[in-house]
Amino acid sequence: MMQDAIDLAVFRQLQDTAGADFVVELVDTFFEEAPGMLAELREARAAADGERFRRAAHSLKSNSMTFGATTLGKMARELELKGMDADRERDATAIAALDVAYADAAAALRELTRG
Amino acid sequence: MAEAGARLLVVDDNKVNRLLLIRALELQGHRAVGAENGRVALEMLEREPFDLMLLDITMPEMDGFQVLERLLGNPRLRDLPVIVTSAVEGLASVVRCIELGAEDYLHKPVNPVLLKARVGSSLEKKRLRDAQKELVRRFATPEVAQDLQQSGFALGGKHVRASVMFADIRGFTAMCESQPPDETIELLNTYYTLMFDAISGHRGVVNQMIGDGLMAVFGAPLPLPDAAASAVRAALDMTEMVELLSVERAAERKPPIRVGIGIATGDMVAGYTGTQQRATYTCVGNTVNVAARLEAHTKEAQRAILIDGQTLAALPPDVQVEVLGAVTLKGVSAPVDVFAVDCGQKL
Repeated sequence: MMQDAIDLAVFRQLQDTAGADFVVELVDTFFEEAPGMLAELREARAAADGERFRRAAHSLKSNSMTFGATTLGKMARELELKGMDADRERDATAIAALDVAYADAAAALRELTRG
Repeated sequence: MAEAGARLLVVDDNKVNRLLLIRALELQGHRAVGAENGRVALEMLEREPFDLMLLDITMPEMDGFQVLERLLGNPRLRDLPVIVTSAVEGLASVVRCIELGAEDYLHKPVNPVLLKARVGSSLEKKRLRDAQKELVRRFATPEVAQDLQQSGFALGGKHVRASVMFADIRGFTAMCESQPPDETIELLNTYYTLMFDAISGHRGVVNQMIGDGLMAVFGAPLPLPDAAASAVRAALDMTEMVELLSVERAAERKPPIRVGIGIATGDMVAGYTGTQQRATYTCVGNTVNVAARLEAHTKEAQRAILIDGQTLAALPPDVQVEVLGAVTLKGVSAPVDVFAVDCGQKL
């Protein structure tokens, strides 16, 4: 499951073009930023702020794609395109699934960068 | 390589994206710094020069569209090339960016090879534009250069209300014959330097130089609220500078020089005339004719600065003038009320 979390072709290409050492730093930055994005998504949902919700989903999507975290990226993309759901519960479920996908992606990225 | 060592600004609220783009640009030999939103980016652009900006669209505080709008409204920044980098989907946002003046659009995650190509071509275009601007700057006045930059070049004119000045050196031809040619050119260069300073110091534009004569416009191509007073102030500065130049010349046992200046105010047609290949900014019409004839009349009137009634009407009431009465000027149908400005005064 963890192997599926990251598209290795994308990740290797990132390492080739930006440098493996730099990618370690970049992954660390992602680890610092991503929990904030997930929290922002929750807060935006709680405040019923559709624009903020979209923006948080957009950031998460954009970064996931950079590292090849395809599953996470696709889920975030869905939330970005669809926007806030009329049904609060449905968004809560989606965000919880996003948490799991992020945990998977983060574990895979940790493994790939720490060797 | 034209783009070597260019300075780039990367604007993205997302730290991962920002760092990655900066890294990619640095690997391509550029210097890049980041800004976390549009507001910060504009502050940095005001402070320091950049060759190119990579701009994200979705950002808090001030988004990419707002940044592009601000750039369009800023004459100093409107030519800064911008490549929009965004993960926003759909063609609409791309179209909107291009309409707002963005040079190019790159979809995120940005492909490094594509990035290199786009950045290279944008910088090359900027280099060509800068070279072109430099040429325009050298051969046109800053006002004309700005007008060209804003409205583009088109032959054809528009009606403007402005003040026109003609000036030349009295007895210049005789002077040329009595001194070596290099001395004549040196005198002309000194003279023009002084006259340009006086005229541009009062926001006038010198648009013609013929031998020792010059034509200047106040209030075109860019409007000037007190065009007539500016022209007269410039004329007073000019006579004062020529006076000082004559004192210097006297120390070298050279004859003094005298200028004649004519100023007229009114409606005229202003624009670029010539051909598509070679054109100049000028003003034409009866007002221009009157100014030229007033300048010629200074010799006969034995006064340095002559103005018409419309110029006088726009001057502050305390300006000292001498009423010379109606004079019939060559090529002007009705007699013109002529006034001489007292050269000793300060406006």
